[in-house]
Amino acid sequence: MNTKFAIPVISLILAFFAITVQATDKTDKELDAKAVAIIKRDFHDKGIAKVDRLNQDNVQALCTRFLDSPPIDDMERMQTEQEKAIKWPSDGKFLGDWKAGEKLAQSGVGMTWSDKPDAIPGGNCYNCHQLSAKEIAYGTIGPSLLHFRKNFGKTRAGQIRTEDELQHYVYGHIYNAKAYSLCVNMPRFGHKGILTEAQIKDLVALLLDPESPVNKE
Amino acid sequence: MNTHTWKCAIFIFALATYCSDALADGSASDEIAKYREMISDGNPAEFDEMRGEDLWKKPSGPNKTSMQKCELGKGEGIVKGAYAELPRYFPDTDRVQDLESRLLTCMTTLQGIPEKDITSKPFGNENYKPDIESYVAYVVGQSKGVKMNVPLKHPKEKEAYEIGKRIFSYRAGPYDFACTTCHGQDNLRIRMQDLPNFNNKKDSQAAYVSWPAYRVSQGLFRSFQWRLNDCFRQQRFPEPEYASEMTIALAMFMATNANDAIYAGPGLKR
Ligand code: HEC
Ligand code: HEC
Repeated sequence: MNTKFAIPVISLILAFFAITVQATDKTDKELDAKAVAIIKRDFHDKGIAKVDRLNQDNVQALCTRFLDSPPIDDMERMQTEQEKAIKWPSDGKFLGDWKAGEKLAQSGVGMTWSDKPDAIPGGNCYNCHQLSAKEIAYGTIGPSLLHFRKNFGKTRAGQIRTEDELQHYVYGHIYNAKAYSLCVNMPRFGHKGILTEAQIKDLVALLLDPESPVNKE
Repeated sequence: MNTHTWKCAIFIFALATYCSDALADGSASDEIAKYREMISDGNPAEFDEMRGEDLWKKPSGPNKTSMQKCELGKGEGIVKGAYAELPRYFPDTDRVQDLESRLLTCMTTLQGIPEKDITSKPFGNENYKPDIESYVAYVVGQSKGVKMNVPLKHPKEKEAYEIGKRIFSYRAGPYDFACTTCHGQDNLRIRMQDLPNFNNKKDSQAAYVSWPAYRVSQGLFRSFQWRLNDCFRQQRFPEPEYASEMTIALAMFMATNANDAIYAGPGLKR
């Protein structure tokens, strides 16, 4: 498993810029606790978005506490836990239908209080990634995934990925990107039950099928 | 009246141009900039400002009192420049308040309107325009051209800032999002929408001084509380309480980071 560095840039900027006000009569720890208490108090349920969403799991809590660059030991331990929890395809097949995958990638529906309870959450992929050359309305929170086979066929160290490794790499990232880089800004689509195994396979096909708009221009 | 008809005509023309071009050529930001220039002498929020000013002076609520005695931090009845110094600590309520929370105080204490009547439906739609939103439009318009100077002196003001900073990076929910997910790095966008980085002084200033704003896509004037509410929706969080301590702390964090910029609202947004 490749261990990346949690991007320390964000927190450096924060530390540099944020005016650190010599805070009142409270210690940092007291302020942390008070902030959480206020968050838990000042929201109400709306539609499918219930207040229990405000309870952090251990990954969210650690990343919040260390502004996305936690101590390396904690980070590696939790990444391993996240990786172990990945459910790989039960039938050993990773590739679904890239056309269904493209539709999913386009869809930004899902999980907000204005979404209907029976609405099927989309992948939101274009919100954050460039994927095909045709779609120009793409976001930039994540890296461009255009020409995925060409650009991600090798590791950063230059080693060629076998077909099997590529499939695991893509499925794993969509299922749980936090197994590879703990505080990364990508949702854990499989781990959190947002997308089904079949949907993730459709997206893997979108990224890996040589005929898909991601790879074919 | 004539100038308004004229402005409306320009506005509708510009809107049509904007809508047809924005997504077609991949430079929505440029289109919006062009569009803003076209209607630079007429932001439809002016109608909300005028409505707010009229309402402000009119006796209303169970007490048949106007808002003219509302104390917004610069002394009783002083509206000019008040928004550029909010949020701030108010001794009478012994807490830090943003504009909306302070308007609530005035509407409940001066006018005698039950708080729930206001907070249960604080945001407008095509058929409904809450008075509090019009007050917001009027009050912020009276700070246009004034330098942002949010005080960070009282211990409770400092505490609100520190709490707001923490809420800004609180990750939770099904997508693990925090405000920082979308607003913590330079030059990012979601689809075609530019995302200001609120850990960067210049972005913070530009964004903050352009809110509250008229939203072209919705055809409505929107308050800062609305902006926060909609971002929490996108964050897949539950709904924040209107004008709660949580939202005020966030506003304090953002407003303070915008200090020294010239306030330019009400703004105009896509
Ligand atoms: C909210 C933002 C966001 C969304 C939505 C999102 N991603 Fe990502 N994604 C990221 C970020 C940020 C990274 C960078 C990860 C890193 O640096 O380790 C990433 C990385 C990846 C990678 C690994 C690329 C690499 O650098 O090795 C893949 C594959 C990927 N995303 C696919 C998807 C797919 C498919 C979807 C839709 C189901 C999706 N992403 C949705 C933000 C997002
Ligand atoms: C999932 C993405 C996402 C998250 C999380 C998010 N925002 Fe936003 N935010 C946006 C988008 C997109 C816009 C641009 C709005 C538009 O054009 O519709 C925006 C705009 C804004 C603006 C106005 C900026 C301007 O220049 O007009 C403010 C202020 C803001 N967000 C604050 C916040 C705060 C505070 C939080 C956390 C409570 C937050 N946002 C969380 C996506 C997000």
